[in-house]
Amino acid sequence: MIIAVLSGFFFAALLPLLGRFARKSVPLIFSFLPIALFVFFLTSLPLIKGGNTWISYHSWIPSFGIDLSFRLDGLSMLFALMITGIGALVFTYTAYYLKGHPYLDRFYGYLSMFMASMLGVVLSDNLMSMFIFWELTSISSFFLIGFNNEEASSRKSAMTALGITGFGGLVMLAGFVLIGHAADTYSITELLTRPEVLKSHSSYTWIIVLVFVGAFTKSAQFPFHFWLPAAMKAPTPVSTYLHSATMVKAGVFLLARFTPILGDTFWWNTTLITIGAFTMLYAAIHAIFRVDLKSILAYSTISALGILVFLIGIGSEKALLGAALFILAHALYKAALFLITGIIDHQTGSRDVSKLAGLRKVMMPVAVAGFIAALSSAGFPFLIGFLSKEVMYEAGLQFGEWAFLLTAILVLTKILLFVAGFWAGIKPFSGILPNEFQKVTLPSALLWVPPLLLGTLSLLFGVFPSIIEQALIQPVVSSMTGKESPIYLALWHGFNLVLLLSVITLLLGFFLYVFLKPSEKLFSKTLRFENISPENIIETIGSYFSIFAIKWTKFFQNGYLRNYVITILAFLTILTAYRLFGGVNIYIDWKQISVITPSEIIVVVLMIISIFFAILSTSRTASIVALGVVGFANCLFFLFYSAPDLAMTQFSIDTLTVLLFMLVLVKLPKNKTFSSKRIRIRDAVLSLLFGTLIAILTLEVFEEPSSSEVSKYFADNAYLLAKGRNVVNVILVDFRGFDTMVETVVLVIAAVGVFSLMKLDLNPSKKE
Amino acid sequence: MNNSLIVLPIVIQFLAGTVLLFFWLKTNTQKVLSGLFSAIALVISIWLFMLVWNQGIQVTQSGNWKAPFGISFVADVFGATMVLISSIAGFAVSIFSAGSMRKERLEFGYFPILHFLIMGLQGAFLTGDIFNLYVWFEVVIISSFVMMTLGGKRKQLEGAIKYVSLNLLASTLFLVGIAFIYGLTGSLNMADIAIKINDIQNRGVINVTAGLFLVAFGIKSAVFPMYFWLPASYHTPPAAVSAIFGGLLTKLGVYAIIRSFTLIFGGDEFMGIIMSAIAALTILSGGLGAMMHQNMGKIFGYLIICHIGFMMVGLGIFTELALMGTVFYLIHDIVVKTNLFMVSGVILKINGTQDIKELGGLYKNYPMLSLLMAIPLFSLVGIPPLSGFWAKIFWIQAGLETKEYILIGFIVLGSFLTLWVIAKMWGEVFWKPGEGLPKKANGIYFDQLSGADKWQWIFPVVFLSIISLYIGFAAENIIVLSQKIAGDLMNPTGYIESVLGIKLLMP
Repeated sequence: MIIAVLSGFFFAALLPLLGRFARKSVPLIFSFLPIALFVFFLTSLPLIKGGNTWISYHSWIPSFGIDLSFRLDGLSMLFALMITGIGALVFTYTAYYLKGHPYLDRFYGYLSMFMASMLGVVLSDNLMSMFIFWELTSISSFFLIGFNNEEASSRKSAMTALGITGFGGLVMLAGFVLIGHAADTYSITELLTRPEVLKSHSSYTWIIVLVFVGAFTKSAQFPFHFWLPAAMKAPTPVSTYLHSATMVKAGVFLLARFTPILGDTFWWNTTLITIGAFTMLYAAIHAIFRVDLKSILAYSTISALGILVFLIGIGSEKALLGAALFILAHALYKAALFLITGIIDHQTGSRDVSKLAGLRKVMMPVAVAGFIAALSSAGFPFLIGFLSKEVMYEAGLQFGEWAFLLTAILVLTKILLFVAGFWAGIKPFSGILPNEFQKVTLPSALLWVPPLLLGTLSLLFGVFPSIIEQALIQPVVSSMTGKESPIYLALWHGFNLVLLLSVITLLLGFFLYVFLKPSEKLFSKTLRFENISPENIIETIGSYFSIFAIKWTKFFQNGYLRNYVITILAFLTILTAYRLFGGVNIYIDWKQISVITPSEIIVVVLMIISIFFAILSTSRTASIVALGVVGFANCLFFLFYSAPDLAMTQFSIDTLTVLLFMLVLVKLPKNKTFSSKRIRIRDAVLSLLFGTLIAILTLEVFEEPSSSEVSKYFADNAYLLAKGRNVVNVILVDFRGFDTMVETVVLVIAAVGVFSLMKLDLNPSKKE
Repeated sequence: MNNSLIVLPIVIQFLAGTVLLFFWLKTNTQKVLSGLFSAIALVISIWLFMLVWNQGIQVTQSGNWKAPFGISFVADVFGATMVLISSIAGFAVSIFSAGSMRKERLEFGYFPILHFLIMGLQGAFLTGDIFNLYVWFEVVIISSFVMMTLGGKRKQLEGAIKYVSLNLLASTLFLVGIAFIYGLTGSLNMADIAIKINDIQNRGVINVTAGLFLVAFGIKSAVFPMYFWLPASYHTPPAAVSAIFGGLLTKLGVYAIIRSFTLIFGGDEFMGIIMSAIAALTILSGGLGAMMHQNMGKIFGYLIICHIGFMMVGLGIFTELALMGTVFYLIHDIVVKTNLFMVSGVILKINGTQDIKELGGLYKNYPMLSLLMAIPLFSLVGIPPLSGFWAKIFWIQAGLETKEYILIGFIVLGSFLTLWVIAKMWGEVFWKPGEGLPKKANGIYFDQLSGADKWQWIFPVVFLSIISLYIGFAAENIIVLSQKIAGDLMNPTGYIESVLGIKLLMP
């Protein structure tokens, strides 16, 4: 199984080498991979019969419980078949749709990367590897949405999608780590064996909140839905594949996967029902206010995802069965509708549903495919959409005291989706063919066979539900409930409330379709509410955040060196003062301090005078020289304490430093007084505080009786072992000779620096 | 285990720097020799790493004065790993410099100083003596300062002044800290200090000293509120210089913080709060800065800060797991940041600008190069399973264990900002059509270079990208390594015993 999942990545990796050849000669060769995988999964169907699972284990990062093990059960089988099956059709369709496109090979590269990642998400048995594949779907989606990379709007849409799903992914990562922390395993199989661990854990609420954010962002639930309509900038095969049939269902998949582990609690059900119900109605209303075919389909997809979230939220066996059927039904009809839209766009150059009409006359096979898809979407009998709708209504009606309200919302959504489906699948083909489309021709069979094939399947499963009943759907429901769940699918349930609702849906839907005409005017009315849409709110937050970013950065990184120094010293002073007065008994024993000699006093006075001179001088050169004097005064202290070598070193270092500074400063503009009096006083206060603190600390440190082991060893052994009379010298050149050697290197480097600063003057007109 | 050969990495860089000084003005010879020395240094570092990995901590005492009286050099797994990674980065930068640096700069001792700089870094990773560490810091500061000013354009000098002033401030504080430590314990040997510091009654003074070290190393690692020198200076020098700076200089600070706060000062509660606050605000400042800038050099500079914040998270949480995340990230970050500054150098060479608004069309005109550059860019973002991803799991888990939920929030925020910034950069630089954008004056453009010259630009990027991929896909190996390092750091008994050659009594 690992080969099946990872083959897409290897395939993509081969493309930079072989892509150019394949693109030009045999573009259909790319379809080989998804077809082979589809056949592979199809032949594995018997393995999962009756709720069995097939697990294959591959070690990856054993020290952290992260592995590449895969789990094939009903749920992952359904998705794997959809991913590879629709993948095969989309790959084939693209060969003609983007024929001759210079980046065709890259397109297939991203597409196969996406397919592999998506297979990884649904098949992973390890939460961490699932997350990894999950993020890879976001990234490959980023590249696919931005495929027309020279258009600014494509780039923006790609950013929006990546921003929302990437954010959701990171939040979900925290959720997954939390699950791993709470349950002590990342293995889904293991979690399934003890579902109570998480439900009874104290962090349960946090876990579901974090997982929900991940699922809702990916599956475009309100208020994160807006990236999906924007993502329609991608070429139509991408919209078909990623943004209707597979990737956006990853969130739904995640919820379905977690139902037996996290589900069936008050917060789980309530949140999902609320968000799902709101999203499905909100998006369905939006769908019928659009005129662009792809926008209509995008919003109806969001609505369908809302229905799925809603059904998983209800969580009864019936509802989960409804969800399983609807996932399949939706994938079949929505993929077909997208492919058809692509054909219309490709052949006529328009996607405006208010203008398109009568195309059946020029592309009959496409019209047939559209007709079937629209009927399945509406839920007409003998199509798979009918089955799913019936079960859905039944599940809604069984839901206790809220049954009436929820079923009503569901019916209303379904009516609106009826209209949206008819607009996309029937409207462009009915009526009279306008003049401008007279010359439109039927495209290559590579384009219209895929949607027709999908339609055939909708019809086949709708008429003979027994084909999928036990082989596929039953295992799916079992893996969602976590136990053996017998199911029964039938076309005829007798005269009951569900049938009545179905009839109402169809009648009202048809009524609305006849009387409501898609138009720009209708669309523009909705723009009034633009500024309270989540998209707008999030963008506004984003722009405020940018302003905050600028203010914050400019505040700290203000360009003045002295401000930087002040900030650092203030931080240090506060830190030190807090710790010093918080925990130290300040006590200074003056007796311990050695007697001060007159020569020392002179040197100190000299130092203080130089410091003041350095501060008050208006000339940079004078300041630097004054600082040099401070350094030299320091050397005198070394001399007093019988360390002439040290004094010499310090002397030369100081000289060099002054020289270096001079050379740099010469190239800077003239010294100006920037600071006001207030700032100067502030600086003086801070400096005094800092100096005092360090002085107190120094005295404190001397209070501590320290071990004299090392210094005593030096004194004892300087002559005996190191053969030197001056201890300081011996320390410098022997005990710690390494330090001295390295300091010599420092001098060499400094010398090179001084030399190049003086000599090297690059011609400013040339760069680098 | 006593083994005086562990100073070999330092010796070879010292030799390289010294020998190259004798080939003053012979830039072509210097290029060859530098590459050769870097390759030898890389081999030696690999040898050292294998030795330490297989046989445990290796120690040598300079001048054969037994510890704590002389200067000890210690190669533990952490030190040896840092030496190895810095040798890798050094090798890449040496090749890249040969291709990218102007002849005039090379004539003024660029290569010798590059090797001295790396010597300084590796000395710091290998020393077991706190004052010797200071001396290595000096080497690093002076050589980086000279590298930054080499060529002396005004913008460059302005940045260099800020850089050197703030870093000298850090050194001064470090030195004061060392003086206090010496005053308290009477020793400079870090292992010896680690033992003796436990006997000090006045804990308050030690805490204050720890604060001094934190600020001194904090300035060097560019954490909030001490990072100012980095955005002021990193984008000004040539790409090769920025690459070695971006990859290694701040990491030396992080190394020093990790080393001193695990070996010498244990973290108390207050320090934990301070570190956590620093971590959070550093992530925020870096992320925000990267968001608002348009210059690739500045963006990468701020991203360095942001990711130093990530590493500080590990120190704020201060558990073995959290430190493991930090060590893993440190390894990843050195490779990827070095690479990114080289990438920005290549882009500058192609178009004559680093302003993302003025760049475009790379994806169309240089598809293979774009693919190559995508590797470090997306590794930096931490798209799983690339190298920047793994450490986040450990930090998040460590944060959950210690209930540091706010820090987890900041990790998510920092990751998101990085993702956003890099995606924006990808859109502008690679996707946006390049036609009609002004082409800046550039001397010789990338396209005009000969094939062999182009390889000197591209090979180092390829080399480091492969290593990044290795860190990501063979994460298990790096995790085992980081686990070992973090374990050693949290329990430094082995380190102390090896250096002092004694057996500690277990309390």
